[in-house]
Amino acid sequence: MSEPHIPRQNPIDARPWTFYALATLFGLYLLFLYGPMLVIYTLAFQGPNGGVTFPLVGVSLDWFRDVWRPGQMANIPVSFGRSMALASLVSLLTVVISVAGGLAYRRPFPGAGAVFYIVISSLVMPSLLVGFGIGLGFQFLGLQPDLFTSALGAQLTWTLPFGILAMFAVVNRFNRAWEEAATDLGASPWQRLRYVTLPILMPGILGVALSAFTLSYDEYARTTLTIGARNTLPLEIYALISSATTPMLFALGTLTTAVSFLLIGVTLAIVLHMQRRREWASLA
Amino acid sequence: MANREPDIGAAVDALVKDLDAAPLQRERTAGRRWKAPAWAVSWLQVIPLTAILVVLFVLPTALFLIVSFFDYDRTGIYPAFILDSYREIFTSASTLRVYWSTLKFALIVWAITLFLGFNVAYFLIFHVRSAKLRIVFFLLCAIPFFTSAIIRTIAWIPFLGRTGAFNQAVMGLGLTDRPLDFLLFSDFSVVIAYVHLYTLLMIGPIANSLSKIDRALVEAARDAGASRWQTMVNVIIPLSKTGIALGSILVVTQVMGDYFVVRAMSGGQSASIVSALSVEIQAMQYPPAAANAMVLVVVVAIMVACLMRIVDVRKELVK
Repeated sequence: MSEPHIPRQNPIDARPWTFYALATLFGLYLLFLYGPMLVIYTLAFQGPNGGVTFPLVGVSLDWFRDVWRPGQMANIPVSFGRSMALASLVSLLTVVISVAGGLAYRRPFPGAGAVFYIVISSLVMPSLLVGFGIGLGFQFLGLQPDLFTSALGAQLTWTLPFGILAMFAVVNRFNRAWEEAATDLGASPWQRLRYVTLPILMPGILGVALSAFTLSYDEYARTTLTIGARNTLPLEIYALISSATTPMLFALGTLTTAVSFLLIGVTLAIVLHMQRRREWASLA
Repeated sequence: MANREPDIGAAVDALVKDLDAAPLQRERTAGRRWKAPAWAVSWLQVIPLTAILVVLFVLPTALFLIVSFFDYDRTGIYPAFILDSYREIFTSASTLRVYWSTLKFALIVWAITLFLGFNVAYFLIFHVRSAKLRIVFFLLCAIPFFTSAIIRTIAWIPFLGRTGAFNQAVMGLGLTDRPLDFLLFSDFSVVIAYVHLYTLLMIGPIANSLSKIDRALVEAARDAGASRWQTMVNVIIPLSKTGIALGSILVVTQVMGDYFVVRAMSGGQSASIVSALSVEIQAMQYPPAAANAMVLVVVVAIMVACLMRIVDVRKELVK
């Protein structure tokens, strides 16, 4: 990273044939990825008498309206609110705990190996079994499983390993000379963390927050046995498809995609803004 | 993305080295009243993580290990130490059948996602030259991930069904005059849904590993006369093995732990280990469910341990 930049000998080397092969593969992969997504987006506009399969019977926005209407089988708006609240809390906790954990692993400490293997085990454990264990534990203790107790805990066993692994990647790229420079300039450990380390790690931290939010928002296998009476959105969807499937699910999927585009856009804008501000700061 | 820092990093490096050599400068920071050992700080930082995972993961797992030895009847479970639940698992023919079916899916899906994931990651990291375009491509790969896995799975039904989009397209092109039946509610559709859901889990870690490879090594290999294939086999694949191992672990364990995709996409023809287990949980037969869970945990642990023996993931990740 510290070598001076040497211009490449051959700036316009011709693309090898492998480039075209891989570009084709990538294109096909995107087609494969978006094929069923396009089906979702199309069937979401199914007419009021249409079903979950082709053909389209007219075009309407009925199913989008249905999403907002509390039904007999499932209450989408309320469970959506719960999922958002839970995902926000999970995301916040995951960021704080995995940033601390990622920083801890920058130096050797007794027990580092054991904690690492617990993290990996928690990641690879079949999800339903984690929920099963927590559910059993609550039953033994005579506690009632609920959204912000057992379900929150079950989701953390899923988001924390991802957060830690992401932080390892982020912290690996961090140049410690910045911190040493701050110390030598007289910064206290807290000032160093607050004004040097965290700002440099911030894009990575935002990435962890975003992925923890998504993982939590979409989780059902760990949550299903730990949720208690107040279902999250994925569990309501699960209940819906085991009874009657309507194009409402596809309208929901379309809305989800629209919202995630918005979320990604906002996050990207924040990251770009921070980078630009940093560039300005380094020019000044 | 990796080179975001301005290049005064080198200058700071040199300066810090200078300062390290001068004992006088060091005294200012070392002169505080009391300094905790470095590892104690790490302990403080890692305590929340450890506490949460011990309480919510290690203890519950220990709990169902204990429950797997319990006795049970229609009304409840009773503390005991009997091996009946395990005996039942190891003597039942359906155990072997379900394990074989799930392992077969895990192997097929692993092979396909590894091939797809590696090539896509390689294309994005080594062939896409514009950093902005690369970010856009990554987001394109990631966006379907934001839609509920359940909805993404059942979206294949109108796509692959007899009157589905794919059959209509194929018949419209005149390639076949009858709709293809094997597309939906078959092993084929299960594999398709898995690949659709999990390829991103392979792309992410592999792309992370590939992006850390110093391009100078690739050029050195080329200058030394290596063919593209030799460079791939002897330089790039060995240097990306951490990502390959991590992606493989994620994909294989997701398939091993799945209970929804198999049920939805096989049309009830195939069962998975966990879907069989969830039936027992719903019937409140906790001891046999717990014993089944323990057997699955051991199988998954052995698979992951094998992968981690081939690649020391920890050494590579935590430097």
